[in-house]
Amino acid sequence: MALSAREREVVSALWRKMGDNVGVYTTEALERTFVVFPATKTYFPHLNLSPGSTDIKAHGKKVADALTHAIGHLDDLPNALSELSNLHLHKLGVDPVNFQFFNHCLLVTLARHYPGDFTAVMQACVDKLLAHVTSALVSKYR
Amino acid sequence: MVHLTDAEKGLVNGLWGKINVDEVGGETLGRLLVVYPWTQRFFDSFGNLSSAAAIMDNPKVKAHGKKVLNSFSDGLKHLDDLKGTFAQLSELHCDKLHVDPENFRLLGNVLVVVLGHHLRAEFTPQAQAAFQKVVAGVANALAHKYH
Repeated sequence: MALSAREREVVSALWRKMGDNVGVYTTEALERTFVVFPATKTYFPHLNLSPGSTDIKAHGKKVADALTHAIGHLDDLPNALSELSNLHLHKLGVDPVNFQFFNHCLLVTLARHYPGDFTAVMQACVDKLLAHVTSALVSKYR
Repeated sequence: MVHLTDAEKGLVNGLWGKINVDEVGGETLGRLLVVYPWTQRFFDSFGNLSSAAAIMDNPKVKAHGKKVLNSFSDGLKHLDDLKGTFAQLSELHCDKLHVDPENFRLLGNVLVVVLGHHLRAEFTPQAQAAFQKVVAGVANALAHKYH
């Protein structure tokens, strides 16, 4: 089921609060993903994945921009993420399970940094958003 | 069996000592029911689950969450034999309660998010990694007797 108007507002409010720092949190989420789910590193043999590396920050920024773009196109996610879907499938061959590992680590990151905002309702809305984004991201897979 | 290094055991036990297990239990179960509403199927007798607020305030949810997490606490004292420790509970969840083991993994991940929420700066990636091993081990132990 698509995000309701209320769910969109909850998520948009958090994104507004994060402002220019979305990249900081997606970077932390990526670092956590690599530490907690080491198999995810197999997709990045060409990068320096040690914590704090500029490579992870750069990738974190790309992910942040994609998520912000997704939030602006919730009515048509598969189209909005079509190119990214093709990239992740055809070029990168990323197994869909890995997006869920990242999503989980992003939730942990947001819970740590926005404890007052991270109510059960917020968690539900962000979890649902990330599930929809993931679904759109794998929509071209087969 | 879950393999934690001594450092990881230290991290897990140290951080566990800092939380209110009863409260975290209620919050974790509540969040599971809010975030993944299909899990409510096991709790028809729990009364009002009609909204997030109702769920988080529901005394039966809090009581059951407390029970679940105290059981988890026991597991932490027996990391070398989780399958043995949870054998009876595994049979119960299969034969009497008919709970899909996927729910144990979901609950484990919600617990990790709640720990991040409470422990904040202390919930480093290394701490998260150690706890993920534990919740995966407990989930597997609870699924072990399924048939």
